[in-house]
Amino acid sequence: MTELTKLTISEIRARLAAKDFTALELTDAYLAAIEGANERLNAYITVTADKAREMAKASDRRIADGDARPLEGVPLGVKDLFATEGVHTQAASHILDGFKPRYESTVTSNLWADGAVMLGKLNMDEFAMGSSNETSYYGPVVNPWRAEGDNKDLVPGGSSGGSAAAVAAWLCAGATATDTGGSIRQPAAFTATVGMKPTYGRCSRWGTVAFASSLDQAGPIARDVRDAALLLKSMASVDPKDTTSVDRPVPDYEEAIGQSVKGLKIGIPKEYRIDGMPQEIEALWQKGIDWMREAGAEIVDISLPHTKYALSVYYIVAPAEASSNLARYDGVRYGLRVPGDDITAMYENTRAEGFGREVKRRILIGTYVLSAGYYDAYYLRAQKVRTLIKRDFEDVFEAGVDAILTPATPSAAFGIADQEMAADPVKMYLNDIFTVTVNMAGLPGIAVPAGLDAKGLPLGLQLIGRPFDEETLFRTAHIIERAAGRFTPTRWW
Amino acid sequence: MSVDTGTVKRVARLARIALDDEEAGRMTGELNAILGFVEQLNEVDVENVEPMTSVIPLSMKMRQDEVSDGAKAKDVIANAPASGDDFFLVPKVIE
Repeated sequence: MTELTKLTISEIRARLAAKDFTALELTDAYLAAIEGANERLNAYITVTADKAREMAKASDRRIADGDARPLEGVPLGVKDLFATEGVHTQAASHILDGFKPRYESTVTSNLWADGAVMLGKLNMDEFAMGSSNETSYYGPVVNPWRAEGDNKDLVPGGSSGGSAAAVAAWLCAGATATDTGGSIRQPAAFTATVGMKPTYGRCSRWGTVAFASSLDQAGPIARDVRDAALLLKSMASVDPKDTTSVDRPVPDYEEAIGQSVKGLKIGIPKEYRIDGMPQEIEALWQKGIDWMREAGAEIVDISLPHTKYALSVYYIVAPAEASSNLARYDGVRYGLRVPGDDITAMYENTRAEGFGREVKRRILIGTYVLSAGYYDAYYLRAQKVRTLIKRDFEDVFEAGVDAILTPATPSAAFGIADQEMAADPVKMYLNDIFTVTVNMAGLPGIAVPAGLDAKGLPLGLQLIGRPFDEETLFRTAHIIERAAGRFTPTRWW
Repeated sequence: MSVDTGTVKRVARLARIALDDEEAGRMTGELNAILGFVEQLNEVDVENVEPMTSVIPLSMKMRQDEVSDGAKAKDVIANAPASGDDFFLVPKVIE
């Protein structure tokens, strides 16, 4: 039965249609895999076994009736950030203790309407704030990848660490994730999975716990590029309940897979060649360039001069928006309440106990940069630099560049409880150095596995596209996937 | 710019997060590390640059002005830590 969990979504689709196995058998195989692995990997916060079996049975009826939908019977994991009706939804935070929404997020509603099966809710950094999945109230997720000859536990990246680990360890066929500064692409790169952050406005944010509203965007983490295309097709929609959801029809992304890249212009930004970048990352990037060239693309050197300011802008804009969004957690309407002498003390005690250290730090930074006297110096200036970052991209796209190729992360996965990262928050933030510019400019970006480092750990490349041109990213990422092959961890858990 | 522990405590008060002295001290160091990092933005020339307000050009969507949802008091209070008669209960605020 374990073989069933190794199938891609496109293989599942074909084999369910051929009646090789039933959706219920497939779901049961995944539930058994989770049972056998989750204690060690901690990827799932909650498993919805009964619901999964019911959904799978409904899928089997559909298949029997010849009425299968696009993701019929495909077992998925859902990041704990998405509201799922009647099911644990806490953004991996203590402050949302016991919260079970009475509604379903648009993204997950779309998936269930297409026949997918929910296996459970996936671990993540608290409120999606983190790059290692260590800020979760439910403890860290363990990366299914280990360095060769070493049994040290590594992080899966974050914030969508549970999503990436579950896909890589065959604990779901695909997963929902979200990306505010790199939270889909960095964990995908750390686990040899494919992570797609679509254009801002492509997926509805309705029913997704808000972190930084001008940056947050949902997307899939999947086993391969085709699966990512299939999932995004279902997740994306035009939603009247989200005014930032864009009125554009959702294309059939799968059609882009396998299309030639002949004549496409691929930009290589010189500013991404940062000081101290490991030689392995540099070499991987060069391999990617060669693969694209061999496939017929034209490689052009480009400049994105404001790149080095993107992380600074992010660490003003994202905390500012977070401090406002997280004001709603006050112990009154949902979640945790810690009593106090008066209502203010109740608020303060609730938030002191309910939020973890990283979340508190970001709320304080955000409150500070928005406070009287500092707004212009920090927030307003950051939003102006953000305009310049976006303009950099607009200039190269106007000059005819179709997509931009960069490394996905400055390193492979690091150890859990890394001392240097713990001592200096800025060092942890540097994980997002190649991904954060994309959120600043609202662009689509995909991380695709491209190789292993000397220790046998996965490394990824990133492709960045024009607004709403996810198709070119699927097309180009598929070239890299075909050239690099696929990478899977050796099971130790 | 850097912050002292007094400023951190004042900001924590604004953010309604209780901080003890030890936490406030630690946060002061961490906040200063971040504020030091973002200081590089001061070297960027932002003369005549518009601050970003919307990352993707969007026109505000309009809809019919009609009731589309509602009468869900039970759902609204379902997750409240304390409620009664479809109201949220809070500590006394008016003497």
